[in-house]
Amino acid sequence: MTAPLDHAAPRREATVRRDAEALQVRVRRGSAFQAYAVARRANQTVLDVVTEIQREQDPTLAYRFACRVGMCGSCGMTVNGRPRWTCRTRVAAVAEEGVLTLEPLRNLPVVKDLAVDMEPFFEKWRRAHGYFEPGEAPPEDFAAVLPDSGPRREADAGIECINCGVCYAACDVVSWNPDYLGPAALNRAWTLVNDVRDQGQAARLDAVAGDAGCHSCHSHMSCTEHCPKALAPTFAIAGLKRATGKAALRRLWRKP
Amino acid sequence: MTRDLRRRPGFAAALVHRLSGVALALFLPMHFLALGTALQGADRLESFLSLTHNGFARTAEWGLVCALSVHAALGLRVLAIEWLSYRERTAFVVSGCLATSFAVGLLFLLSGA
Repeated sequence: MTAPLDHAAPRREATVRRDAEALQVRVRRGSAFQAYAVARRANQTVLDVVTEIQREQDPTLAYRFACRVGMCGSCGMTVNGRPRWTCRTRVAAVAEEGVLTLEPLRNLPVVKDLAVDMEPFFEKWRRAHGYFEPGEAPPEDFAAVLPDSGPRREADAGIECINCGVCYAACDVVSWNPDYLGPAALNRAWTLVNDVRDQGQAARLDAVAGDAGCHSCHSHMSCTEHCPKALAPTFAIAGLKRATGKAALRRLWRKP
Repeated sequence: MTRDLRRRPGFAAALVHRLSGVALALFLPMHFLALGTALQGADRLESFLSLTHNGFARTAEWGLVCALSVHAALGLRVLAIEWLSYRERTAFVVSGCLATSFAVGLLFLLSGA
């Protein structure tokens, strides 16, 4: 039988000494940083560190996570200056000299501490028509899509996005122009442009061709560099530039 | 927060592309003004050109050749990514563009300009 928990007793982890062995963690909380010391553990992830701080040292610390295995895209944070998914980022790989600086994702409004409001991110997903359009009269039969066909391969290249917002936080164009749709929404639009079943292509190409759309991309490739799923939104956006360019030429050609 | 984001080959390429473009845009009006002096006769043009026979103008001329070649090389890279579906992820092509433009600058110097 296990002994009842004595909540009044000081917790061992809460009294980690600030020695060389402990990980020095700086967490941005509003306009200032707060320092914590966390014990180093084997195979420790950055999310483990934040969870340990919240559970053992400071219950007021706000952050967001769900699956802890790189599927849900909830735990994005800025780790030592780089946007990352924290559940799959090992401390040993990123903590230079035992120091970890954690900040919320860039380019999104902060709710509290490390938690950001993802609504602008998903709103742009909708503005880019990042949803399947079956059309007024969907076909009665299944569409035959060969796995090695060109459009299927293009869609495959970008379809594993988990909406973590890391690319959006890494994008310089979003920080310059808050209306810019961003790499994730445009990458999603490109996968749908390559969906032969979709009936809303003209409206989608119009939606992504505006001032805040694909042509604003400067090809800095920060999204492609930082994507934790190793996707390449830069090349998806390049595909949209081609598709919208061709659509504009077709319109010009058909004009009387 | 953004410090690390700037240490990327893509960002460096865009920055050099933009700065070289600004340098060329600043040079163009002066170029046309210089050519415009020819409308007032060969002597006027020659007297204007004689003003450029100094170390500063020669160095600036070398910089201009480098800016033109790097702008062209990085522009071709962007066109290759956007129109030829070239999937380049590494610093290799950006380094190649920079190396090519400095080679062109070196050739300009060796040609005895």
